[in-house]
Amino acid sequence: MTFWNNPINFIGNWLTGVLTSWHMPAALATILLYIVGIVVMIIFAMTLDIGLVWVERKVVARFQDRLGPNRIGPFGLIQPVADIIKMVIKEDITPAGADKIVYNIAPVLAATSVILLWAILPLASTIYGVDLNVGLLYIVAAGALGTLAIIMAGWSSNNKYALLGAFRMVSNMISYEIPMVIILLVPTILANTMSVKGITQAQSGMWFAILSPLALLIFLISAIAELGRSPFDLNEAESEIVAGFHIEYTGMKFGWFYAGELLHAFTFGGFMAIFFFGGYGGFFGLEKLGFLTWLNIPFVQALVFIAKAMFGYWVIMWVKYSVPRIRIDHMLAFNWKFLVPLSLVVLVNTAVLNKVLITLPSWLYVLGMFGSNILIGWVTIEILRAYGRKQRKAGEKPISPAQPQEQVA
Amino acid sequence: MQNEWLYIGLFLVIGIIVPVVPLVFARLVAPRKPNKIKQSTYECGIETVGDSWVQFKAQYYIFALVFLVFDVESVFLFPWALTLKQLPLFVVLEGILFIGILVAGLVYAWRKGMLEWV
Repeated sequence: MTFWNNPINFIGNWLTGVLTSWHMPAALATILLYIVGIVVMIIFAMTLDIGLVWVERKVVARFQDRLGPNRIGPFGLIQPVADIIKMVIKEDITPAGADKIVYNIAPVLAATSVILLWAILPLASTIYGVDLNVGLLYIVAAGALGTLAIIMAGWSSNNKYALLGAFRMVSNMISYEIPMVIILLVPTILANTMSVKGITQAQSGMWFAILSPLALLIFLISAIAELGRSPFDLNEAESEIVAGFHIEYTGMKFGWFYAGELLHAFTFGGFMAIFFFGGYGGFFGLEKLGFLTWLNIPFVQALVFIAKAMFGYWVIMWVKYSVPRIRIDHMLAFNWKFLVPLSLVVLVNTAVLNKVLITLPSWLYVLGMFGSNILIGWVTIEILRAYGRKQRKAGEKPISPAQPQEQVA
Repeated sequence: MQNEWLYIGLFLVIGIIVPVVPLVFARLVAPRKPNKIKQSTYECGIETVGDSWVQFKAQYYIFALVFLVFDVESVFLFPWALTLKQLPLFVVLEGILFIGILVAGLVYAWRKGMLEWV
């Protein structure tokens, strides 16, 4: 085990040696090492968060045909630092009649629910927090804390717009959690494990995005809805209810909602990379070739992972700045009448085909899974087209010409 | 085994401390001059009209109920999905039967108009 192979364990062992030579009990040394590791992981996540503020503002500017921040620092790179300083020194106005305890806990909870996800995110084969064997369930559970933070913020603000925004947002988030959880069962079936690292390793042969593109699509849509980003951003519909559940928050508390949302989006980009694009590895077995073995170094794998997560984050931003907002009843109807049945069909299809085709040679397996997804997608589109045609015909029915009135008398 | 969850426990504690630190720092550094106008509730720049505790729309409750049914179903589907590899095809069909019963529930809710946003 060298530093390049396994950096965290290498440093951990060295530090344990140092601490036990100072006659510290082993349990205390373990806890201390855990705390050091956790602080390093969280600092990495926060630094990434600061960079994401810059990325977000530049990308939204380019989508809207303008330049974005370019005054502070070269290319505006110091802009996020200026933003943080501004947010910290702004006055913290608590509205009269607000529920003080809940009001103060909400932004902390929103930030915590995102930070918790970084405990199991594997940046490389040996750089990660822990490898829980129920990693998938942990992701769903930790993400649900964010929903709680939103209802706490809306409820305690003593503001009817905050309350309305929080209600709509929570009904949105819980509705879209169903297709997400059902689709997360698809990588579980294909990899036969719920551990996040296990799912990444199972993709060394073939990405799950190719085995099940419909699952990727449904995961993308429900992830965007879970994040509360456009086109599902009814909670902060700027033109409708002016910032929704975080109307009454100022300064750093608002900063945590904002930064938490960006980090959450990036983390979901990371999950998309892990569950469907092979995570830190996934080079179709090419990394075993002689001249490509440098792809196995953990730091290179971490860069690969961050690049894939950035790609996922870029797709999420692309959707946000191109598509108009969806109305609440359309949003909920889309979920319950389209996404939930479709995700159940995809799950059933994956389960049956995985069982039936597993004995065939691998190219036939890949072809079967991919082809079945294309077939389901085609059938769904045909059903939607037939339904749309029926709606249009019902709308265009010509009004029967009025019968000429009988002359009375 | 317990070491993993100890890590998660410590992560939770430090994950709660990390967002609190800038808030405490802001409290020391930022000005605090509360007055009645600043602390009044925001409503697009005008005086507030009516109660701030608006009536809870009953439709949210219906959607929460349907969500609950499907959430419990997904909890049952997790062990099914995990053990599919070791078990024969019959188990897959059993799971599909379970999903089918719940889809029947969804269709019932659909036809009864529970999924409409009135």
